[in-house]
Amino acid sequence: MSIGLIIRLVVLALLVAFIVTPESFAFVFQPLTRNGQPAIYTQNSLLNLTLSHLTIVAIATIAATLVAVGLAILVTRPFGAEFLPLSRSIANIGQTFPPVAVLALAVPVLGFGTAPTLVALFLYGLLPIFENALTGLTTLPPTVTEAARGVGMTDRQRLLDVELPLATPVILAGIRLSVVISVATATIGSTVAASTLGEVIIAGLLSNNLAFVAQGGLVVGVMAVLIYDALSALERILMARTGQRREIS
Amino acid sequence: MIEIEALTKDYLDLTVVDHVSMTVEDGELAVIVGTSGSGKTTLLRMINRLIEPTSGTVKIDGQDTRSEPAFELRRRIGYAIQGHGLFPHRTVGQNIATVPELLGWDKQKTAQRVDELLNLFQLDPAEFRDRLPSELSGGQQQRVGVARALAAEPKLLLMDEPYGALDPIIRSKAQSDLLAIQKRFGTTIVLVTHDMEEAIHLGTRIAVMDKGKLLQYAPPHEIIANPATPFVAELIGTGERPFRLLSLWKVRDLVEPGPAQGEPISADASLRDAYAECLWSGREMLPVIDESGALIGRIRRDDIAHKAERPQ
Ligand SMILES: Nc1ncnc2c1ncn2[C@@H]1O[C@H](COP(=O)(O)OP(=O)(O)OP(=O)(O)O)[C@@H](O)[C@H]1O
Ligand SMILES: [Mg+2]
Repeated sequence: MSIGLIIRLVVLALLVAFIVTPESFAFVFQPLTRNGQPAIYTQNSLLNLTLSHLTIVAIATIAATLVAVGLAILVTRPFGAEFLPLSRSIANIGQTFPPVAVLALAVPVLGFGTAPTLVALFLYGLLPIFENALTGLTTLPPTVTEAARGVGMTDRQRLLDVELPLATPVILAGIRLSVVISVATATIGSTVAASTLGEVIIAGLLSNNLAFVAQGGLVVGVMAVLIYDALSALERILMARTGQRREIS
Repeated sequence: MIEIEALTKDYLDLTVVDHVSMTVEDGELAVIVGTSGSGKTTLLRMINRLIEPTSGTVKIDGQDTRSEPAFELRRRIGYAIQGHGLFPHRTVGQNIATVPELLGWDKQKTAQRVDELLNLFQLDPAEFRDRLPSELSGGQQQRVGVARALAAEPKLLLMDEPYGALDPIIRSKAQSDLLAIQKRFGTTIVLVTHDMEEAIHLGTRIAVMDKGKLLQYAPPHEIIANPATPFVAELIGTGERPFRLLSLWKVRDLVEPGPAQGEPISADASLRDAYAECLWSGREMLPVIDESGALIGRIRRDDIAHKAERPQ
């Protein structure tokens, strides 16, 4: 077992322990409180907030992945090529909109709660995945795609058996970016009453309690780093599995 | 049998293949030679419709290739692409099994065929079957590429510079493998190369292309003896002509009874090699042995030299 892996496992264990029994870490946050403020946020269970935070991120990312990869497949087929510029601009608009603005616009339509947050994260996640899927599908070695035609694969077989498997590591890199942005951005959802870890941070800001801000921020930050790390590792494994880079042994 | 008639491919104003007509009989090995950019690959790829012709027709066994969906046509025709084109995410075994799987062969038959081909190309199945292409040398990748093209026992095989990346020793090994395979399965082969030496060695007929036009299509001795244009003559190399002629015959063709001194030569060696041996060892004649090593006679230097004269 490498040192890197041990550090990661220790960090993960600490994170899980803190989320499950935050009170046992009260001593860590005590120094940040003033005038007898509570050191640990207890209005809502941290475990529930974390799970709900991750669920929102997961749903938004899965939806963004399906739509972005679907679009990328569509515009890289001969019949869809003319939609390439259009779909690019749609995905770009999704990214130039600040998430706060999306929330503000979505609330009157969707009401308070989880829905506007999901929409904002979904729109935000589209671009990196779409761009990467496009790169992955359009930069395959020409001899490989030609060979796929040459052996007599149908269009569908070429897509499913050759193009998508080879593009998967690149697509996954896009998903990784998108997830990390979403984990951070989901905190803002609490301003429109979505149940996320942002609640802890906002409670801290409102009551001027630095301990709350720190614990909310820490959980979000550490989760983002661990997810990024895990997805990077998965990517490397997939790269090696698909023979696109030699496994580092 | 492949019948190509007035086949033409235009890209905008540029005519890349220009009214090419040629027929490849069953069991023949037709080699297309020409300089880079002369349209060899384009001509080859119009046969399995990887490129759609601008005009003209291709018939295989009398049937127009446009009478069935392109993907079905391609499954019947082996295709070894320029630069192997193996699927990097599939193992060697899975790569070779591609066409049998597309054709719905049962698993056991496919697995058997994969091992048979690996053996044929001197790749130990146990060692190579489960490797990824990136774990093979260039020469091994190329052999797997040809094995994949042969997997479904196609009657027709198209090969685009299959030996381009190989060193001379592996190359001549791969060439004799190909001839052995062709003999064994009776495959009709169309092979593209820009190497005249290879064309003469392998081809039963040679098609010489220049700027999209087919200049000459004839058996090797005919091309060497009577090049149709100065360009064809230049491609053969005037100084090389007698030796190229000699390379077409085997020692077996000139062997006569009688004794000779010194190191013997194999009956399957080319006259070119025999002549070189005569010159090098300063001998008038060489003893000849067959594949079992038994002495079957001798070959004379003067007889060989006579064979190198321009045919009348
Ligand atoms: N898609 C295309 N569009 C325009 N021109 C093309 C296209 N494909 C090939 N050509 C041109 O057609 C000509 C013949 O190409 P081809 O690939 O058939 O040559 P080749 O004889 O196989 O050459 P090489 O020995 O270098 O492989 C070249 O001049 C090339 O630039
Ligand atoms: Mg070529």
